[in-house]
Formats: sequence, C-alpha cells, structure tokens
Amino acid sequence: MAKVTFRIFRYNPDKEQASRYQDYIVSLEPGVTLLNCLNKIKWEIDPTLSYRMSCGSAICGSCAMKVNGHALLACKTQASELVRDGVIQIDPIGNSPVMRDLVVDLEPFWGAFRKVEPYLMPDSRDNPERERLQTAAQFLKIDAATQCIMCAACWSDCNSLEVDNLFYGPAALAKAQRFIYDSRDAKKRDRLVEISKLHGMWDCTHCGECSTRCPTEVKPLARIEEIREAAMAEGVHGNNGARHALAFRETVSKRGLLDENYVPVRSVGFFNIMGLLELLPVGLRMFIRRKNPPIIPHGIDNRKEVRKIFSRQKEFRRD
Amino acid sequence: MYTHDVIIVGSGLAGLRAAMELVGRFDVAILTKVYPSRSHSGAAQGGVAAALGNVDGDTPEAHIFDTVKGSDYLGDQDAIEIMCNDAPAAIYEMEKLGCPFSRTGENKIAQRAFGGHSFQRACFSADRTGHALLHTLFEQSMKNAGKLQVYSEWYVTRLIVEDGVARGVVAFDIKTGRLEVFHGKTILFATGGYGRAYQITSNAYANTGDGITAAYRAGVPLMDMEFVQFHPTGLYQHGILLSEAARGEGGYLLNGLGERFMSKYAPSKMELGPRDIVSRSAQTEIDEGRGAGPNKDYVYLDLRHLGKEKLMERLPQIYNLAKDFIGVDAMKNPVPIQPTAHYSMGGIPADNDCQVLADEKGNLVKGFFAAGECSCVSVHGANRLGTNSLLDALVFGRRAGKKLAEVTGGMDWSPVDERKELDAALNEIRALREASGSEDMTSIRSELKNTMTYKAGVYRNGDDLGQAHKKIKELQERFKRAPMADKGNTFNTNMVESLELAHMLEYSELIVAGAIERKESRGAHARKDHPTRDDAGWLKHTMAFKTADGGYELRYKPVRITRFQPQERKY
Repeated sequence: MAKVTFRIFRYNPDKEQASRYQDYIVSLEPGVTLLNCLNKIKWEIDPTLSYRMSCGSAICGSCAMKVNGHALLACKTQASELVRDGVIQIDPIGNSPVMRDLVVDLEPFWGAFRKVEPYLMPDSRDNPERERLQTAAQFLKIDAATQCIMCAACWSDCNSLEVDNLFYGPAALAKAQRFIYDSRDAKKRDRLVEISKLHGMWDCTHCGECSTRCPTEVKPLARIEEIREAAMAEGVHGNNGARHALAFRETVSKRGLLDENYVPVRSVGFFNIMGLLELLPVGLRMFIRRKNPPIIPHGIDNRKEVRKIFSRQKEFRRD
Repeated sequence: MYTHDVIIVGSGLAGLRAAMELVGRFDVAILTKVYPSRSHSGAAQGGVAAALGNVDGDTPEAHIFDTVKGSDYLGDQDAIEIMCNDAPAAIYEMEKLGCPFSRTGENKIAQRAFGGHSFQRACFSADRTGHALLHTLFEQSMKNAGKLQVYSEWYVTRLIVEDGVARGVVAFDIKTGRLEVFHGKTILFATGGYGRAYQITSNAYANTGDGITAAYRAGVPLMDMEFVQFHPTGLYQHGILLSEAARGEGGYLLNGLGERFMSKYAPSKMELGPRDIVSRSAQTEIDEGRGAGPNKDYVYLDLRHLGKEKLMERLPQIYNLAKDFIGVDAMKNPVPIQPTAHYSMGGIPADNDCQVLADEKGNLVKGFFAAGECSCVSVHGANRLGTNSLLDALVFGRRAGKKLAEVTGGMDWSPVDERKELDAALNEIRALREASGSEDMTSIRSELKNTMTYKAGVYRNGDDLGQAHKKIKELQERFKRAPMADKGNTFNTNMVESLELAHMLEYSELIVAGAIERKESRGAHARKDHPTRDDAGWLKHTMAFKTADGGYELRYKPVRITRFQPQERKY
C-alpha cells in the first residue's frame, strides 16, 4: 500500500496565534475516500484534528474542504486521485474565516441566502385543493438548482467573492434561479430587480470556478446565466449590470467590436451625472498614460457578417 | 440562561415542520448539532408515501392495511390510520410550499412502486426526495428567520425533567464550548435515529441517538429499541444507502450465481417485498455461500436493464454513489450490496399527538414531545415500509406542532435551577474530560459497532445476544478509562464524539436487552432460535426504564389493534 503524506492546515485559537501545517503519514488502502483517511487520522493518530462531517454519502454538504488548492467534498472523493508527488494538501474552504483547523465560520455563507428571499412566493389565488400542476419540462428548469447541498464549495473558490465579500456568491444566486424559474412562483420580476442590484447577479465574472467545483449538478454559473437571460427578457434593465450587457451588445452588433468609450458611459447611464463623474478619474488616468481607446471609434471591415450572427442568434432564441 | 416558549431539538423534517405551526404565535428555538440542511432527513432518497392515486386506484385504506401488515402487526393501528389518512394533505402542503416533485404525464405529482406497498404510492423528487422536502422546510425557516431562533452546532447534553414536568435542556455551543441552560415551557425532541451503533450502516455520523438517551437518562422510558431496520441495498462495505426506488423502478437482486434469489423468498412481490424479508433473503444467500466476490460476502443490485435514460432521470444519485464510492458503473456492471442498519423503529414512546409517555399505563411527561425517527408512536411497529419515514416525520411533526401550540398556550413556567443543571452537565463532561487510563475511544467504538452488526444484526440468536450484552457491559467499563485527547473549547469534535459514544454504549445495551427477552421473530427482529412470530406471548411493545442503580427494567405495553387482526404475513 502506498504511503501518503497528508499535509493538513492546523489552527487552534485556544492554543496558538498562527496557523501551521502538520504532516500525517497514512497508508492508502484501495477504495478509501478522503473522509475515510481523515477519520483514520483523527481516530488513530491525532484526535485533536477538527473538521465537519455528517452523512458520509455526499448529500449533507458538511465536509467541503480545499484539497491541493481547490474545494471538494471529502466523502465522495477517492483519496488515491488526490495524491501529488506523494502528498495531499488539505486546507479549509476559502472566502471564510477559519474557526479551527478545517472548520470555518459559515455565517457569511448562510447570510447570502437570506438576501435572495429563498422561499416560494406563490400567487395566493393559485391554491387548488390538490397539488398545483407543473409540467415535466417546468420541473426540469429547476431540477439542477434544487440539487444544491449547500456545501459552500462554490463559495470557497469564487473569484468575485475574493475581491467583494458582499457578493451574493454562486450558491445563493443558484437558489434565486430556482425560484425565478419555478412556474409556481409569482415574484419573478421583483426577484430579478432585487438581485440585479450591486453585489448581485451582474457581479459574477464568469470565471466558472463554481461550476467546476460544484459536487452536484447545480453548476451555478449556468444558473447565473439563466437569471441574466430572464432579467433581459423581463426588461429588468435599470441597473449598471444590465446596461453594461446591453451596451456591449449594441456596440459589437453595430461595429463588430467593442467601443470602450461608449460601454462604461452607457452602463452608468447617460443622465447619471454623479455616476459619470465617478468615471472621470479613471478616464483621466487612462488618458495620461495613453491607455485610452481612440476617441472616434472605428469598426471592423466585415460588419455584415457580425450582424448576420446577431440576427441568427435572434431567430435561434425565438425558436 | 436562554428562555424560549418552545424548545425544539433537531432540525430535520419533524423539527422544522413542527416549528412552522408555532412561529408567530410563540417564541420558538430550534437547537441542532449540525445545520438544518445537514439533517439526515435529507438523505432519504426514494420517496414519501401518500395515497394520492395519481397513477392508479390507491386509497388511504390500502395504505393503512399495507402499513399494519408491514409492521408485522406490532404497529398501533389507530396511529397508522392517522398517518395514512393525513398523508395526502401533508404532501399537498409541501407542494404548496414549493417542494419540487417529479411529475406525471398529466403534470401531477409522480408516484412509483415501493416494497410492501400494494399501489404506486411513493411521491418523489428523482431519487433525492428527503433532500427536496428538507430544503423546502429549511427555506420556510429562513422565511421565518425573525420569528424563529435557530441555534446551529449546539449539542444538547441533558433534558431537564423535574416532578414529571419537562422544563428545558442543557446544551453546549460546539463552536465555543460554552454551556447554557435553555428554559422552555414545552420541549420537542426530533433528534433522529440511532443506527450509528452499527458497523455497516446507512446512517450519518451524527445519528448517535443522543436525544433518545438524554430522555432515558431523565427518566423517560424507551420503547421497542430492539427493532432496528436493515436495508437490503447498502453499498458494499460503505453501508451507504442505495434507495429502494432502484427496485421500485425495476432493479433486480442477484446472488453470486447470477440468480434472482427473491423468487425463493417472496415469489409474488420479488424484489419489492418489505425490507425485513428482502434483507434476510440477501443475508441468507451470503450466509449459505451464494454471495459474490472473493469472500462471497455481498450480493448484487442489477440496474443494467433499466437503460441509461431511466437510470439518469429517475436514479441519478444511485448511479453517482456507485461510481464515486466504489468505482462501479451501474450501466455496465451490477452493484455490490449488503444489508445495512438503516432505521430505528424504536425510540421515545409518544401518543398520537407526540406527547411523551412516562410509563406503560399512558401517563404523560408533562410538556415533553417527541416526533420523527427518535419517537415511537408506533406507526412502524416491527418493520417500517419504505417511504413511510418521511411521511411519519411530516405528519407527526405537524401534529406535534399543533398540540404544542395548544399545550404551550395553557402552560405556566416551571422554574429551573440553572446552577444545579449546569453543574450536573459540567460533571458529566468533566468525567469524560478527566478520564484517565490506557483504553482508547476508537477501539471501544469499533468493537461496539462490530458487536452490534455481527451479534445483534439481521439474524439474531440467544447465544450471540448474550455475548453482545456481556461485551457492551465490558465496553461501558472500559470507556470510563478512555482519556479524551482534546481538552480545548473551540470546535472540539473529540468531545462531541466522546459524548456520542457514551450515548451509543448506553442505548445499545437496551437494543440487545429487548432482543434477548423477545423470544420470537417479528419484523426486523429475526431470531434463529425462535424463528416464528408468537402473538400469544409477544404481541406487545417493550418499554425499558432506567432504574435508580443505573440498570434497566423491561416492562410491556399492549399493541392497539382496531380493525386488522394479526394474520400470517406472506408476500
């Protein structure tokens, strides 16, 4: 059996000021999961090692942790797949304050859900004696998002959260999708307006880490894209994020490339004096360093082709 | 000291459902040793039973009879009637709250077949029904955030009962180690089952029966503890649940010779016999040398003939579990399985409104309620039918909430001596923290779990049970000499595990004690030395009482039979 070094992040505020790594050497038996190994370490080598776990079968979401730099569920991952040069490095999940060892404070994560009003708000008149009807196709629209086990793996590796700790995060936005697309919910538009605000759905940078790390089929990035589509379709455009998307589309469809002078101004709003003034310092700095785009925008030669793509896409959407 | 009108311990389906009846009218607190979304209700896969009749001519009447028969006539029939009659309303209610259910061609809630049910009765959300229901109620708890205080990662160590009145609990904050008294007018335990005492189990690490033993230590009897359900399709060696829905959708069970062995044991129902019978059949195949693999210690669940589309639409989680945990592609190969300890039929005895019984005569512990798997109402008797557990939690969680509202409203505050309760709890913890000796918790726990699986498992006999009892007494003594390595305050999981082990050692003795005395085979309790059911001697519930000297006393309570006289149970 291969001997593997488990390099585990340790921190105990009762005893020490700083964190450290501790190595444990364990023989990997065939077929063992990472959680099996951690339990072996805790029960046979060092009972002071702390981490969360409960169901052991990938449904409760307790045992998310960072392994070799990325979040995963310890209970469902074969340990043998994680060995890098004889070592498995384990850290607590990211974007969360560490409480002890691999245990983090999850309050910010739970708090994000509350921002999206995560419960069905039906029309009170839609109240038949038996169940409300829903087609299989309607069920399928929320099938992915309802698989979320709230493990916070997506939260851990989210790049937007790393720079903005008020960002709602992928899981909460996926939760919002689950209601926005639920045929039984009556507050679609209100929800879209609410989560279009600053730190909401438009603050995702599409890096895709959330979907890569998600241990279920939720794939939050795809859900975020769906809510953005819904916002566009519902005409919820009165915010920087939506205007930015529209401006992007306008300039590309017109000239075949991005007009970098137009997009920021259109995103903030032409009559938003305060907002425009806020753009000024950035613009000036760019100008001084000669990073500013040409004042008079040019286009690409073959604009017809680009317009064709856009009209095709329009037809495709209609289908 | 924290004070709330109603204190609910446990945040699974039963606890959250009860809370919904109370928010806005009372100051309600929920204590959970995990987070609500981590509760083990979420692990239930296949479905929740209700005679909606969406795909066939099902009726609550049929559901009642199936459940009585499934319980091997140990279930209390008036309680079963309540559960089955309330079932459709309970499901419609969850649908109204937004629970995502799979749908039929007519856009109604889809229903499928399940073991021991004579109609397609299991409403489902793919193969994660418990998860869908749990998250729906968790959503409601977030909606009621201002009116409902949830204390997550708090571990309840004591139930306070004085002069026959429940007054609160003592709990510590796992995050900081801080000990607090929670004073309430009424207390509901919805703390789940006790299957973790077994080596091969589908239960979460958290399912260590803490609530059940806390009640027992406070003088409350425990009922029918010997009835532990074994689920036939646990993933080999892991014990992880592969839903019965796999068989409901048409999966086969094969032995090592490739035979569909259920034809010998339940020729008319085949793989859809009730769990006790299917588990025994699988175990018999293994015991008689017809298992598969190098050690012939497992059988197979074969899903290959269902086809990719059905497998991925109806059983995606099953497919992923087999792939991730033992590397088997269920589309290409049969999945190795073995019976796994799954559900606790026994628990805290309660009446049909979830009020806890103080004795076999029907006296109540005033202000104390129990619902869900930790309770024994008893709707499952000697063997629970698949999909009746989520239903039990929903229906009796709701009933508990309604009765709690009524009782709490008319109840005065009974005083609590905070210092005394804290001291008692501290002493218990101190005894664990300051234990010294050369024993270690890990060996004790693993010896206990092996004893339970191999001496008090699917098949039992007097000799094995006697040895198990002796072993548990020995382990209880050794545990006193097992030091706790971690003396810290912040997130000390070593201490939590130590408290949990103390619980397991205590209630395991009661499982074995009840099994030793019960000299018959009924439902999940199968004795090779007493292979038949004995209605004349044993159509009664076991009640275990803690005695003043720390031992126990077993007494018995008659089964309530309304309409269905016991008859031979054939499938």
